[in-house]
Amino acid sequence: MSLLAVSALTVRTAEGRVLVDDLAFDLAAGGRLGIIGESGSGKSVTSLAVTGLLPPALTVDGSVLLDGVQIVGAPERRLVGVRGRVASVVFQEPLTALDPLMRIGRQVAEPIARHRGLRGAALRGAVADALAEVALDDARITRAYPHELSGGQRQRAAIAIALASRPRLLIADEPTTALDVTVQAQILRLLDDLVEARGMALLFISHDLAVVSAMTSDVVVMRSGVAVERGTVAGMLAAPTDPYTAELVRSARSLDDRLGRR
Amino acid sequence: MILELRDVSYRYRKGALAVDGVSLGVAAGQSVGLVGESGSGKSTILKLMLGLARPGSGTVLFDGEELSLPAPRRFRAAVQTVFQDPYSSLDPRQRVASIVAEPLRSLGIARGDQARALVAASLASVGLDADTLDRYPHEFSGGQRQRIAIARATVCHPRLLLADEPVSALDVTTRIQVIDLLAELRASQGLSILMVSHDLSAVAALCEQTVVLHRGRVVESGATAQILSAPREEYTRRLVEAVPRLPAV
Amino acid sequence: MTAAIVLEPQAPARRRRHSWTLILGLVLVGAVAATALLSLVWLPYPPDDTTGGRLEEPSWQHLLGTDKLGRDLATQVMIGARIALTVGLGSVVVGALIGITIGLLAAFATPWLDDTISAGLDVVIAFPVLLLAMLIVAAQGASLVSVMVAIGLAMSAVVARLTRVLTKRVLGEQYVTAARTSGTRWPGIVARHIMPNIWPTLSVNLALQFGVAVLAEASLSYLGLGAPPPNASWGRLLQEAQGTFVTAPVGAIAPGLALIALVLGVNFVADGLRDIADPARRRSR
Repeated sequence: MSLLAVSALTVRTAEGRVLVDDLAFDLAAGGRLGIIGESGSGKSVTSLAVTGLLPPALTVDGSVLLDGVQIVGAPERRLVGVRGRVASVVFQEPLTALDPLMRIGRQVAEPIARHRGLRGAALRGAVADALAEVALDDARITRAYPHELSGGQRQRAAIAIALASRPRLLIADEPTTALDVTVQAQILRLLDDLVEARGMALLFISHDLAVVSAMTSDVVVMRSGVAVERGTVAGMLAAPTDPYTAELVRSARSLDDRLGRR
Repeated sequence: MILELRDVSYRYRKGALAVDGVSLGVAAGQSVGLVGESGSGKSTILKLMLGLARPGSGTVLFDGEELSLPAPRRFRAAVQTVFQDPYSSLDPRQRVASIVAEPLRSLGIARGDQARALVAASLASVGLDADTLDRYPHEFSGGQRQRIAIARATVCHPRLLLADEPVSALDVTTRIQVIDLLAELRASQGLSILMVSHDLSAVAALCEQTVVLHRGRVVESGATAQILSAPREEYTRRLVEAVPRLPAV
Repeated sequence: MTAAIVLEPQAPARRRRHSWTLILGLVLVGAVAATALLSLVWLPYPPDDTTGGRLEEPSWQHLLGTDKLGRDLATQVMIGARIALTVGLGSVVVGALIGITIGLLAAFATPWLDDTISAGLDVVIAFPVLLLAMLIVAAQGASLVSVMVAIGLAMSAVVARLTRVLTKRVLGEQYVTAARTSGTRWPGIVARHIMPNIWPTLSVNLALQFGVAVLAEASLSYLGLGAPPPNASWGRLLQEAQGTFVTAPVGAIAPGLALIALVLGVNFVADGLRDIADPARRRSR
């Protein structure tokens, strides 16, 4: 059984505008899937739908089975049991994903305390370990507030928080788009290592073909809420079947070529 | 040199140095890319080059003479800008015709029907047709808004275009179109370009020269091709290697 | 990106729910305005005609009855409408002119000057509007103009604070920087870019202040500090009707209801304006 099985997923706004149209894909435990799409493609809506985080004004039809639990239409109680334990999300903008009024240490401690039931010294130790895992070794970071850290450090903290509950699936929605390019390279490597080491499944969402191809080998290309192409990264780059995908690959190649030989 | 910074420094109000002894310039016919990550000082340098701030030390030179502030009309007519965020750089309460005509109005170049004709011509040069004139910015996509911004920047036929991350906020498919548009305008209007960007591929596509900034200082500068293939400095090398590349096919 | 999706579905639903209040508000304000305009050309009785019996009940000759001096109450209420609207508008004009000017100055000022102005505004805001207005009226003597100036001055601090915040936000937008690099000088930027962009929010606030001004005037008149007779403000009618409220309640109910109608109506209109003013334009992505 797949860890994540999405079928006939359709998301509509209150006025009837379709954001995601009959989407289906599977992700096995430990597997990796990339979702490529530009703005308005519905890729972020999909990531929110998978964890039941869509606002109530949107109507969701279809099926999302996360570790066998139906997410669509699920009551908050059931969703809470699944979030963190089965799937965690790392978002694009670390500044808004972290609570600005809470110290980093405490934000990392929250999911650890809730999911692993640790307290006191054991909890503190676990927090230090979690931060060390994302290379935030400096002891001062535990007591720092988000605005005191750099963008890269904040995203590492966000990753630590996401992984603290030991999820089986990590959803990364444009995790490095807001970061500098040198920092992006480090964060991507970090994500890759952690996902590998823990045997987690990875759903990686981005508009950047190069980044997605570095992180996953299978992709789904979305446009205006529809999956227009699916397959391996290599296949998509070499011989895209859909015209939109072809244009996407062409534009990306055009820019990539200007950088000279690899 | 049309516009030049000579040994310029700038301090934030809190005391830290945003720009430290930077010298760079754009000569007629050149296209220069200014590459830097956050904290590199590129935004401050752009502000100084636009005459929106005074350097703490060093000089800003326009056509070889020190630039006096507030900047004179001929500077504004010669040096125009395209900004990063297409959703914020157009006044939401004005129609496109009025937005693009602003430089003509404020610089006393043209008004009324004459201005409208120039605006229509400028919009045509960026690939937008006449019915764009009476619409509002919110009716257009990001890529189209950026074209409107370019139309505004080129309507008074400046000699130098300063572009601040002009394609960063755009979709991948639109990015290459806007870059190509800038390259085309450069050829057809003899426009010199200075593009500030963190995106090396955009710079590589448009600029023959590149200046690399790090923590307020110029780390390396030279021909773009050279910097990409054989960077001399450590930071430049890290920067080039960090750019995500498509796997070769 | 997702935030843009979240905001949109709610706007139309809100618009539907509020449109009936906007219409109701317009009807109420319209009724009061019509009454005021009518009072300029026709009144049931001359204002100081005391021939009606004292404290008479509503009848066909006196639709709302008479007050304790024998004056027709309906006439008084109609004149009161004129006064309420005049003082309301006048105060808002004074408050807006002073407040917007100070607000713009503060937004453009150096940090030190800005802090000083803001502190000064905070002090003024901390004063109850009524107390401030009372001080000014006591110093200048009671008249329609002094009441308008007093309320307007008290209100100007709130308007200034709002103007300052809105202006600062607009100053941070790239289109202002774009205007500067297009060669537009600051006065042009204020006129063409700042005012049109802050006006939607500001005008809603001014509409609400109108309601506050009407209530402030009524309170001042109630306390005896408003325009003196024969300018019969609703507040003064209320004060006069106090003693005879039990035996002749209409004397208090009529001006009371008129006040409620106007202020409620204005608030509904302001709410409706708020919904119309910006959501249509906020479709950014």
